[in-house]
Amino acid sequence: MSLIIKGKVILLNMDNISTDEIYPASYLNLSDPKEIAEYVLTGIDPHIHNRLLGSILVVGNNFGCGSSREQAVIGLKAAGLQAVIAGSVGRIWYRNAINLALPVLIRPEIVHEFKEDDVITINLEDSTIRKVEDGKIFLSEPISEFVLNIIRNGGIKSMMKRKYA
Amino acid sequence: MGMHAVHKILAYASGRSKVDPGEIVTAKVDIAGINDIYLTVLVSFYEMGGKKVWDSNKVVFFFDHNAPSSIIKASENQKEMRQFINEQGIANLFDINDGICHKVLPEAGLVKPGDIIVITDSHTTTHGAFGAFGTGVGSTDLAIIMMTGELWFRVPQVVEIRLEGKLKKGVMAKDIVLYLLGELGTNFAPYKVIEFTGLIVENMKLDEKMVLCNMALEMGAKSTYIQPDDSVLEYIKSRADKEFIVHETDPDFNYSGSHTFDISSLEPQVALPHGVEKIKTVREVAGTSINQVFIGSCTGGKLTDIMEASEFLKGKKIARHMRLIVTPASKEVLLESIKRGYYETLLQAGAVFTPPGCGACFGGHSGVLASKERCASTSNRNFPGRMGNKDSEVYLVSPLTAAATALSGKLTHPLLDEKN
Repeated sequence: MSLIIKGKVILLNMDNISTDEIYPASYLNLSDPKEIAEYVLTGIDPHIHNRLLGSILVVGNNFGCGSSREQAVIGLKAAGLQAVIAGSVGRIWYRNAINLALPVLIRPEIVHEFKEDDVITINLEDSTIRKVEDGKIFLSEPISEFVLNIIRNGGIKSMMKRKYA
Repeated sequence: MGMHAVHKILAYASGRSKVDPGEIVTAKVDIAGINDIYLTVLVSFYEMGGKKVWDSNKVVFFFDHNAPSSIIKASENQKEMRQFINEQGIANLFDINDGICHKVLPEAGLVKPGDIIVITDSHTTTHGAFGAFGTGVGSTDLAIIMMTGELWFRVPQVVEIRLEGKLKKGVMAKDIVLYLLGELGTNFAPYKVIEFTGLIVENMKLDEKMVLCNMALEMGAKSTYIQPDDSVLEYIKSRADKEFIVHETDPDFNYSGSHTFDISSLEPQVALPHGVEKIKTVREVAGTSINQVFIGSCTGGKLTDIMEASEFLKGKKIARHMRLIVTPASKEVLLESIKRGYYETLLQAGAVFTPPGCGACFGGHSGVLASKERCASTSNRNFPGRMGNKDSEVYLVSPLTAAATALSGKLTHPLLDEKN
């Protein structure tokens, strides 16, 4: 998977968006990614999943706090979201995102730097986020080689498959 | 620099003499647990080329979230899991009659000091109360353990929360952990282990220690630790049939931070909707009208919780139109509640008992909320939509405050009459 990403911003200027809002419990029995994608972020806006394809989600602090439900990443990924930029994220959600090769960039207060529909480019290797309109560049926390390697390989599943299948 | 007990656990499990915070290790896992809502684990397992689980005695299934199943899709998932369990010869299925993973696992003697416990449930931090390293993961991580018996971990820093003083009457571990959330916030310990120490912790019952470790997750903790004392070791020895090592922290270990709280003057606490860190004293918001009280979950459905509620409500009747739902955390808790008379006392007071399990806590079934309804709950989360409609409200409280609230129909301090 490419380490350079370009897309339009979807802005959710909120802290503590929990997995209960990203993927409400009433849909937990689903396991098909296409079906899961229909209900992702439903706790915030039931129509938002239609706009995720090719987009980059920009959010406040502690995004993905709460439950371990992987559907809260499966859905975002299956809806076509390219990356998440956050002030901070919940630990289990982060692990799930990396495992499924959904890149996550962390920088405190970053949510205030963008507006809806801004076009941005991300370079995961040097952890830069660039606003195309004015060329302004923001540095995120560095992404470790361990994590980059998983993303480069398109997620941990394909790595495991190569090793064990 | 010395090592912390959890670092010794991780070092032992990854075949090393020493580990340092920040480095990534691959550790052997003692228990890999799957909850019934995550058929996605089996999807990941097969997708990665999984054929046979690494150890059929260490992979454990819990049918606790939909127990018994209330919708067809959940029944289909459980059916598929049963087939997998039979094909793979999995030894331990905690079925729909058994209860919540974090309660039934230690009851069955499957949590021991030094163990690495990984379950597809975020509140796996609970097992720090037994001196184990417990942490929650998603489906793919769990499927990787099923295939290999191992998982990568970043070695966490350890932060100490020292609790000193003497608890006032009417104050429970739930009040303490809510207070800590209010003081320290939801981003207090990301990627870190929280160790609880101090006189208050030393004098706590195991049920109450579990409450601290359970809700430490809401402070962002990766795992928790309480050095097991003689009574905890006694509990474990009476149930576990295997030997274990009790690790101890070296005297020269440096915590990444240490916070001491004297909580002698602590009052009953409540987390207001829709955040676990939105803390007030019950006194400050007393009188808020409540439609439902839920006593249950891995946080607040243990024997101590049901006992406190039962003793409070003995001989009394709950308010008109109030729904008091009691969901024991396990079959063992239910049996003991029956034996000790709590079951009858609470039924007489106007409660309804549901089967053991997760139930209403995650908005699954057996007590989901309508729009604008308010629930006072002994569970662990009050995010928007957590227990039902996204416009419903959840107030997190102790079992004692829950009982007092059921009685009056309004948020109520459990010792209001005693002017405490």
